[in-house]
Amino acid sequence: MTEFLMQPWPWWFSGILIGLTVPLLYFLAGKSFGISTSFQEVGAMCGPCNLDYLKNHKWRSGIWTLVFAVGIGIGGFIAVRFLSSSPVEFLPESFVSVSGAFRLLIGGLLVGFGTRYAGGCTSGHAITGIANLNWPSLVATIFFFVGGLAVTWGLGTLIFGGLSL
Amino acid sequence: MIDTTKEQTQAKTNEQTSDRFPGFVTISSVLLVGIYFGIVLTKSEVVRWQRVHDMFLFKEPFMYLIIGVGVVVAMISMLLIKKLGVKTIEGKPIKYEPKPYHTGVILGGMIFGAGWAITGACPGPIYAQIGAGAWMALFTLAGALAGMYLYAWIKPKLPH
Repeated sequence: MTEFLMQPWPWWFSGILIGLTVPLLYFLAGKSFGISTSFQEVGAMCGPCNLDYLKNHKWRSGIWTLVFAVGIGIGGFIAVRFLSSSPVEFLPESFVSVSGAFRLLIGGLLVGFGTRYAGGCTSGHAITGIANLNWPSLVATIFFFVGGLAVTWGLGTLIFGGLSL
Repeated sequence: MIDTTKEQTQAKTNEQTSDRFPGFVTISSVLLVGIYFGIVLTKSEVVRWQRVHDMFLFKEPFMYLIIGVGVVVAMISMLLIKKLGVKTIEGKPIKYEPKPYHTGVILGGMIFGAGWAITGACPGPIYAQIGAGAWMALFTLAGALAGMYLYAWIKPKLPH
């Protein structure tokens, strides 16, 4: 059992546990599973609040999204410190460079902008949305993959020239 | 004069009642589920750039299987919650607020997908990577916050 947990977890085990996050969060906290709202929360807390999108955000009740984000960070720490028999490679070595930082910054910009424009990310749209048979979430998920496939299969080289993705 | 002050106080009270900080139970539950989810994200390896890249290359079905099983388990859970009328531990009803359709679902969806492919991280994994000490992910987070501000700024001009 311990040996099983210390290895990378198989897809079926991981899938079940990820799916269970939705009812767990509903039952224990009464919250709908989603993560990208935490970006908006940061904006609403720190300003500039003359922008309607940030001004109209209920940041007091929304503070739970940041608590959730901190929890995910602690979970990541626990997983690599106490639950892994070998180190986990999050990002390839090539990202630890100036060009890597630049790529992460630009990619991150697209993640922040895109998730807020779409109104959700993999958790809010793909998992929670589809699980609740919300058809706009299915549309969103299809276009997550349209964007990701386009970049992976060529657009990346167009944007970044010589830097291979 | 007195009336204005009264109105202002009233307005302030209204604002506070419509937006309150969550209680202790909610905050501690959220933190616990967050830790759980962070562990699962990391141990399932969906936080690894290579896994996301291989998913978009159709090199392995791993990520598709995880997302697929996750959706099915979440769907069955929601059906059971509805069928059995499950309430939260604080006795409140559980209700999903549908996310509406608008042009951003398509355009924003594509933009996010592109960012996901470049950084190898959707929002959850960004936090897990940072917590696990993959410090380069701080650039991803900085970019994401910049992207959020950019959206907040140009939102009135975008098709919705």
